[in-house]
Amino acid sequence: MTALKKHTGIEKIKTPGRRHGDEIRHRPYENTGIEKRVRYDQRGGIAGIEKIETGIEGFDMISEGGLPKGRTTLIAGTSGSAKTVFAVQFLAEGILKRDEPGVFVTFEEPPEDIRKNVISLGWDVEKWEQEGKWAFVDASPVVGEDRVIAGEYDLGALLARIEYAVKKIGAMRISMDSLGSIFARFSEAGLVRNELFKIAAAVKQIGVTGIITAERTEEYGDIARFGIEEFVADNVIILRNALEAEKRRRTMEILKFRGTSHQKGEYPFTVIKNTGIVAIPLSGIELKQRSSTVRISSGNAELDKICGGGFFRDSIILVSGATGCGKTMLSTEFASDAVKNGQRALILAFEESREQLFRNASGWGIDFEQMENDGILKVVCRYPEAEGLEDHLIIIKRVIMEFKPHRIVVDSLSALERVSTIKGFREFVIALTSFIKHQEIAGLFTSTTGELMGGTSVTEAHISTITDTIILLRYVEMFGEMRRGITALKMRGSMHDKDIREFNIDGKGMHIGKAFNNVTGILSGHPVFISTEEVDRMTELFK
Amino acid sequence: MNKFKLRLYVTGKTAKSERAIANLKEICERDLKGLYELEIIDVLESPQLAENEKILATPTLIKDLPPPLKRIIGDLSNSEKVLLGLDLSPASDSDEQKEDTQ
Repeated sequence: MTALKKHTGIEKIKTPGRRHGDEIRHRPYENTGIEKRVRYDQRGGIAGIEKIETGIEGFDMISEGGLPKGRTTLIAGTSGSAKTVFAVQFLAEGILKRDEPGVFVTFEEPPEDIRKNVISLGWDVEKWEQEGKWAFVDASPVVGEDRVIAGEYDLGALLARIEYAVKKIGAMRISMDSLGSIFARFSEAGLVRNELFKIAAAVKQIGVTGIITAERTEEYGDIARFGIEEFVADNVIILRNALEAEKRRRTMEILKFRGTSHQKGEYPFTVIKNTGIVAIPLSGIELKQRSSTVRISSGNAELDKICGGGFFRDSIILVSGATGCGKTMLSTEFASDAVKNGQRALILAFEESREQLFRNASGWGIDFEQMENDGILKVVCRYPEAEGLEDHLIIIKRVIMEFKPHRIVVDSLSALERVSTIKGFREFVIALTSFIKHQEIAGLFTSTTGELMGGTSVTEAHISTITDTIILLRYVEMFGEMRRGITALKMRGSMHDKDIREFNIDGKGMHIGKAFNNVTGILSGHPVFISTEEVDRMTELFK
Repeated sequence: MNKFKLRLYVTGKTAKSERAIANLKEICERDLKGLYELEIIDVLESPQLAENEKILATPTLIKDLPPPLKRIIGDLSNSEKVLLGLDLSPASDSDEQKEDTQ
């Protein structure tokens, strides 16, 4: 034993002859009776904990690589928090993506119910059972069972069955769902806990990676009932289904992964048809988007001039304005400009129906129907209320992946605001914008302000820092007439025209005119007309 | 008297298993002499049988015949309870049973 650092008491081994799996002979804890066993990897460093990818979308990013390999992780959650889905999906993804067989130990629902329930998520468990990739250990309660307890017992048979099932199909993964029910059936909680500890230890020894689900009574309280966390305390994940402002919001949190890293905090997730759980890793998204200096046209030559030559190719543009002041017009021109240049455009409409959009466009001489038939435009109309925000995000992502557009219009983003909490909405916008930027496409979002003149919307307040360009459309009341003004409030990385310009909309589209040189207070919603002499005088003053 | 068909599931040759077998044999010889048929199954040797029968705890004694089907869990050291489970005890009343099957 060389290089023993006496002053720290920590042993540093540099012996090259050490082989994988060797144990150190010197034990610093010798006199204390504690035996410290350390495993070494090939290079002589302490072997880290390996992880296996679960295949659950988003989760592997949050967990920085999946679940700790060869260990058991506790998944705790209240009723309805998608614990069983997680447990089933862990095995399903293993079979589908990595050809790893799995054993499902069910304590609550009978296997027939599980098979039936997960069909809608796209998993054919029965087929996998026939192919020898999936095995159930049915520990669900027997209906109408007449039982008498007459003496000491243990759950040795359960352990034997689990070991048998694992061996039979060569399982690499195991899910046990859910433990609360077994405590309800055997009154001696201490005994059951002890037996479960044995099972967890046995699973670890066989080397399969496992998850155990357990009930919680509150969203924010004890990890699990019956002190289950004590024997699988190495790794704990919490699934939540919290009620916030009358809206359900699902989140997952990795509470701990002993000896290995993970992302901290709660991450939203959703359960969707034919997929199962999809987690949305927010802080997992890196800000490594490349910024492009390539300009694209907004579809309006004058607006391009205001923006210093057009929008950037991979930028996020926010168009804000009151109802009817030309947001849809602007987004229609933006989309059709892409099509004119042979690029694909995607319109996600949350306020108007297809018919309305198509009619509006044809009013401006743009034939959306033809463009869609040519496969160069795609219009997706959905009610904001049709899904939760997380589901919307995943649907949008899928459409983008399939259609691969060059430009995206979301009309309007503020309509989505009402189906979520402000926090949830902000997370949605961050996730969507970063996804769009990763694809290197331009996104134009519209936002409706509450007031006709001036004002800002909640949407702007929450996402203005995320966007690269902000275009304001405002009504301006002058001499008993409603006129419209446009200005580029922000144009990241470029010079732009700071004037508030007047614009008109006619049958040919948007026409931007001169600046409102002698009006102040447009953005605050209180336009005041100032005589030309006063303007000249002020200009002279600051010369 | 009807013939008794009994199956006893045990896991390995542990002290608990041995105790259950001894206790059962004693009860059978005393109360069911010549009237019973007993099969002893080791879960470690026949795990598939245990799977089919959904055995969780061992030892588990299953009374197939006469009906109704009953499961008696434990090392059978409480012979009163065993008799109750086998529907042999005159003191078997339903209230007591319910309490036991919780």
